[in-house]
Amino acid sequence: MSDTPISTDVIIVGAGPVGLFAVFELGLLDMKAHLVDILGKPGGQCAELYPEKPIYDIPALPIVTGQQLTDNLMQQIEPFGPTFHFNQMAEKLEKIEGGRWRLTTDGGQVLEAPVVVIAAGGGSFMPKKPPIKGIEDYEDKSVFYAVRKMEQFRGRHIVIAGGGDSALDWFLNLQPLAASIRLVHRRDDFRAAPDSVNKMRELVAHGKGELHIGQITTLEGADGQLSGVNLKTDSGEQLLPCDTLLPFYGLTMKLGPVANFGLNLHENLIPVDTEKFETSEQGIFAIGDINWYPGKLKLILSGFHEAALMSQQAFKYVYPDRKLRFQYTTSSSDLQKKLAVA
Amino acid sequence: MSDIDEENAPKIHVTDQQGNEHELMALEGWRVMEIIRDYGLPIKAECGGACACATCHVYVDQDWLAKIPDPTDEEIERLDDAFDVEENSRLSCQIIFNDGLDGLRVTLAPGTEP
Repeated sequence: MSDTPISTDVIIVGAGPVGLFAVFELGLLDMKAHLVDILGKPGGQCAELYPEKPIYDIPALPIVTGQQLTDNLMQQIEPFGPTFHFNQMAEKLEKIEGGRWRLTTDGGQVLEAPVVVIAAGGGSFMPKKPPIKGIEDYEDKSVFYAVRKMEQFRGRHIVIAGGGDSALDWFLNLQPLAASIRLVHRRDDFRAAPDSVNKMRELVAHGKGELHIGQITTLEGADGQLSGVNLKTDSGEQLLPCDTLLPFYGLTMKLGPVANFGLNLHENLIPVDTEKFETSEQGIFAIGDINWYPGKLKLILSGFHEAALMSQQAFKYVYPDRKLRFQYTTSSSDLQKKLAVA
Repeated sequence: MSDIDEENAPKIHVTDQQGNEHELMALEGWRVMEIIRDYGLPIKAECGGACACATCHVYVDQDWLAKIPDPTDEEIERLDDAFDVEENSRLSCQIIFNDGLDGLRVTLAPGTEP
């Protein structure tokens, strides 16, 4: 990651199926793309939420899993050499000179282009926040949804909540640093990797950590400083003293910083026209689940169609002096050359 | 004229996160989550019924618990991502409506708000 701005033709926010297919449609028209995604891999919701689940309504693919669809799209766009910026959230979008746009990620990457395509689906994947009263007062002081620097937790009295791999991994990793560490889970069964669960149970058996079966009901503390969490257990209420809480309840999608991009919004969706799928700002497009127009259906196939039409207009901004000639991949030797099949 | 007899159609009763009760017409073969979503009640149901997110978490009225097929291991594991889980907690995307469930009562759990 660097602070040197990268100049490209099109910046795509979101590397889900629709963002990926946009690379293809843009590529056919000679436009290069950089993609930004908060996840560490392509595929968006398809790859993160349901990689193994079959999808039945992709044209010409009677049955395909979320992961297969992602893999196929990656293969399809390979000739166009897209650049991915993973594990980064598109944070700021601003207009710069010459009708261009500058996008800055939370990782400090700066991208500049005449066209920005928002293909962010349901938004950014972010940690789920437990609906515990007053928890927001403790966030970033005593309550953390992610571990960025382990050292930050040295000497702390930690409670970790959850039963998946994140909860177990951080229990194991932070145990040597923490002054005390307790794992809270609603049942004495874990879906995390069995090896991690065994290691956790071993530590607990040796008194190097505690496992509590129950659910957090309320927090104790003041001025953002946690002093304990109250648990509901089968044997009644219990107070666990702690100064740090790390809840790991999976991910959820939030619109996030896109809401501050200065675009018109309609119930957390971005209204677009149905000819170019352009937003209220010239040069900024929205395609896939994140956009809205009369009759909108949140289907992957709709997003594919939107990507194709968007590309026609994007071409006019990227190549204002060139005339766009519509061609078919079946017959155009020019397109076949781009696809490296001719 | 509608071909659906609304008067005699099977119904479910859903209490939303604010405590308001709604009577919803139910269709055989639909997931309870889909019925709730189709009616426009506030339910995140983010993964769309793939048992992958736990944002369609409901409490099933005690009288109805025994009439619904037991949860799969997958559903029990996924409930780990939900909050305030009780013994009558279910993911509404995993309950397929049939006429035997006419009158079913569920309550949307905290954390299901869109």
